[in-house]
Amino acid sequence: MKVGVVTFPGSLDDADAARAVRIAGAEAVALWHGDAELRGVDAVILPGGFSYGDYLRCGAISRFAPVMSEVVAAAQRGMPVLGICNGFQILCESHLLPGALMRNDHRTFICRDQRLRIENNRTPWTSSYVENAEVTIVLKNGEGGFIADEATLERLEGEGRVVARYLGVNPNGSLHDIAGISSERGNVVGLMPHPEHAVEELTGAGTDGLGFFTGLAALGVGA
Amino acid sequence: MARYVVDVMPKREILDPQGKAVLGALPRLGFDGVTDVRQGKRFEIEVDGEADDVRLAEVRRMAETLLANPVIEDFTVSAQGASVEPVDTTARGSEARG
Repeated sequence: MKVGVVTFPGSLDDADAARAVRIAGAEAVALWHGDAELRGVDAVILPGGFSYGDYLRCGAISRFAPVMSEVVAAAQRGMPVLGICNGFQILCESHLLPGALMRNDHRTFICRDQRLRIENNRTPWTSSYVENAEVTIVLKNGEGGFIADEATLERLEGEGRVVARYLGVNPNGSLHDIAGISSERGNVVGLMPHPEHAVEELTGAGTDGLGFFTGLAALGVGA
Repeated sequence: MARYVVDVMPKREILDPQGKAVLGALPRLGFDGVTDVRQGKRFEIEVDGEADDVRLAEVRRMAETLLANPVIEDFTVSAQGASVEPVDTTARGSEARG
């Protein structure tokens, strides 16, 4: 199982994402934003950070990176794609996921151990969680408020595409306390919190995030 | 040389935290009576040749594709120094794109 991790100029969490992939027992393959191919990977992670300095809008420039044409095409064919934080923003800008991420309503960057409920365990990225599992995963963002119009929100809720929801405090003004959503088909998941920072006891808030990476391996995608 | 201006604003119904921050700062500086501030972006785009409908349509495509995110923003496009009807995008961006 090969999982590609894309590095854009300004990505921060690509190394942690690759490490999480390896801890979960899969092979991490480094992909460069300028690559026009996916090097035979079975899944792709768009990591967190500030790609292209967040210029214009978060993810707006990254969306047009050469590698993204390949990622979008592969996602449309059903390849599992996980966008974490800035990766989530890129997926929204790429139209692989609906809605957008807005500046936090309290206007400050937030970094905390966040309680979440995994409401949809039918995606390749969440299949190792029990439905409605409550987990604690690191959250760190400045523009993490999920926003979409009423019709889109209704559709996401009705189709069970809210993958993860904030518990307790809503950290950024996200509508419906949404922390993560999936595409219609379920293979594309965007998540504002950072499961790759919660995979080892030594650091972070425990290992609740590991499931996002082991789930993929358990499904045997590409195996 | 033709110059076009693209003005991008957060949609009215969307919270604009940056505008709110400015709104909060103004009374502290002694500016009273300010009831709302919204913050947007202005792009000035220079292109070869004369301003015409073809160029205008191209700038509009630039705005739709890159400069604005129709999910959260509206934009207007105008040719500077010429009278061009602004493009109203208020109806855009309501489609669910899953």
